[in-house]
Amino acid sequence: MPSLRAGIPAVLLISIASLAASSSRWEGDTFSKARSSDSEGLVAWQQVYSVLTHPRCLNCHTANDYPEQGEDRHRHQFNVLRGPEGSGVPGLTCGTCHQGATSKATGGPNCAECHKGANLDATGIPGGHGWHLAPLSMAWQDRNDKLLSSAQVCRAVTDRTKNDNMGGQELLKHHEEAALVQYAWQPGRRPDGTARTLPPLTHAQFVEATQRWVEAGTPCPQQ
Amino acid sequence: METYQLTVNGQQKEVTADPTTPLLWVLREELKMTGTKYGCGIAACGACTVHVGGQAARSCVLPVSLVNGRPIVTIEAMADDPVGRVVQKAWVDKDVVQCGYCQSGQIMSAVALLKSTRKPTDKNIEESMGGNLCRCGTYVRIRQAIKAAAQQIG
Repeated sequence: MPSLRAGIPAVLLISIASLAASSSRWEGDTFSKARSSDSEGLVAWQQVYSVLTHPRCLNCHTANDYPEQGEDRHRHQFNVLRGPEGSGVPGLTCGTCHQGATSKATGGPNCAECHKGANLDATGIPGGHGWHLAPLSMAWQDRNDKLLSSAQVCRAVTDRTKNDNMGGQELLKHHEEAALVQYAWQPGRRPDGTARTLPPLTHAQFVEATQRWVEAGTPCPQQ
Repeated sequence: METYQLTVNGQQKEVTADPTTPLLWVLREELKMTGTKYGCGIAACGACTVHVGGQAARSCVLPVSLVNGRPIVTIEAMADDPVGRVVQKAWVDKDVVQCGYCQSGQIMSAVALLKSTRKPTDKNIEESMGGNLCRCGTYVRIRQAIKAAAQQIG
């Protein structure tokens, strides 16, 4: 595993240090141990948060009835809508353009079949992987497209009533294996031929940070 | 170059193409099925819409290597499709077409909508047809034709 902190911006580490002082998981005579574990967990969470709030993730974790696109997270062109199942509306599903796999609602080839050729660099259309929006319960921005705080996102991600009933190990598996998560590190090129930006950590670093956060008991910042 | 076995309008077709070749080029250049139109080439206008695996798809951005055995249906098959036939008749009855260039894509999207939503509301039509552009501005007649077709389908 490569050195994690080497790739983390100083600003992020400063915010991690301030967050580590406030956790919601202090309990009884295990206070010292818990504090240590929570501090490490909060550091790891902040690294996870730095990825979750990158446009590659945020553009489909919206609070509105449409996806976003681009580094500036503008509303998706062509009046593309969320639809009843998060994969568009009849005649204009995500899979209508994001090819390689059909929409979540309709099934289709498995991810491995399409993964290697999902992005079409000739046109700049990213694709494949059963493209769909995250559910509204997993919105990481508000209806004005303003980013939610670290504590708000953490609470949502760890709330089993909102996160498809995933515990820590399931969250880790999701971050490690889900095709749409992996897409964030293979986003291909924009229509103008330039490369889309990547999240601030590598996928391996992201998974490792998630693992440390899960092992610490998925602590969340208080504010 | 690779060889692909495609099912197009119920018929087996073998084509040899570069894996990144968009399906639209295979249809038009290799199979000489020119009913599907090239508009923008970046999935922005909908003129190239076909059905792949029963869903509307922009053939200009679908590499032939990713069809993966899913059946392809194009505008050429609409006259033999129970919903497509009704939609085409409604298109004629409402005199929808002006220049006509976008209309094969419009019809393919309309058929995909009606196969999923038998009684579409104005909102359904706006949402589902929003990705199909018509520079002649036939949108009002397109909506009328879809509603007429829906009524006919019952």
